[in-house]
Amino acid sequence: MQIQLNGDTKQLAGETTVGELVVALDLAGRRIAVEVNEEIVPRSQHDAIRLAEGDRVEIVHAIGGG
Amino acid sequence: MSERIEDQPLTIAGREFTSRLLVGTGKYRDFDEASRAIAASAAEIVTFAVRRTNLGQDADEPNLLDVIPPSRYTLLPNTAGCYTARDAVRTCKLARELLDGHKLVKLEVLGDDGTLYPNVVETLKAAEELLADGFDVMVYTSDDPIVARELERMGCCAIMPLGSLIGSGHGIQNPHNLRLIVEQSQVPVLVDAGIGTASDAALAMELGCDAVLMNSAIAHARDPEGMANAMRKAVEAGREAFLAGRMPRRQSAEPSSPFAGRING
Repeated sequence: MQIQLNGDTKQLAGETTVGELVVALDLAGRRIAVEVNEEIVPRSQHDAIRLAEGDRVEIVHAIGGG
Repeated sequence: MSERIEDQPLTIAGREFTSRLLVGTGKYRDFDEASRAIAASAAEIVTFAVRRTNLGQDADEPNLLDVIPPSRYTLLPNTAGCYTARDAVRTCKLARELLDGHKLVKLEVLGDDGTLYPNVVETLKAAEELLADGFDVMVYTSDDPIVARELERMGCCAIMPLGSLIGSGHGIQNPHNLRLIVEQSQVPVLVDAGIGTASDAALAMELGCDAVLMNSAIAHARDPEGMANAMRKAVEAGREAFLAGRMPRRQSAEPSSPFAGRING
């Protein structure tokens, strides 16, 4: 299955939840926010939401800015 | 004896602040430099940006939110880099998720890369959507008093006109417009861009602005911690000067020493 992750194409082995993707990216427990197809996926829903072919996923964090 | 006007706290979206200097977290060499400068500024409200995670980053790498913990600072996520209302609204929603329901945001929708001038049409659209969604919106805008008035009417909790272009350090280019905005506004007015050095910050406060927000002026100083300290004093001095009320300007000289009793009189 193929998704767009932070603007890049990414292959997923099989059925994957948002939570599993976050763990696979070594981002578990970090201060991040996730959006799928321009909709926020609340932290509490990470393990419930399954990704689908062609999903556009954004994972963001805080960085320095003014 | 003349009456002294006691200052009131700065109130933004129902929260009270002692410091009238807000600072950004960008452009520092490292987190240590940022941390020391922010501490020296005594700022209570600190801005940051929202960006894609660098996938594959070191899991032990410190996070900005460890340096400016939400428990200690009022965090102000910005929408820097957004050129459309849609992207700005998305960014604010991501920030709200990032900070567990946090509602206070700094809305900025830019017009182009060269000037980073606010696109007020998109800014108005984004503000409307964010306010309807329950955000507390501090809004970066041009120094146009009519646009500022409209943003306040819509319900923005602070109006933040530029002094000059973002990152330019050109100071306050149109003090007359800033004064018009200050005089008409019931919500706090903050100068949000263009501050270059301490006298610019003092001027903003002397004009009656409620606070000043800056990043480059501190981060790009040779000694950011030293400049942060200078800015803290400048904002305090400018505020005190505003409250004390400056003397009237005169066309001719007026001696400070009495004429009466001169030895050649």
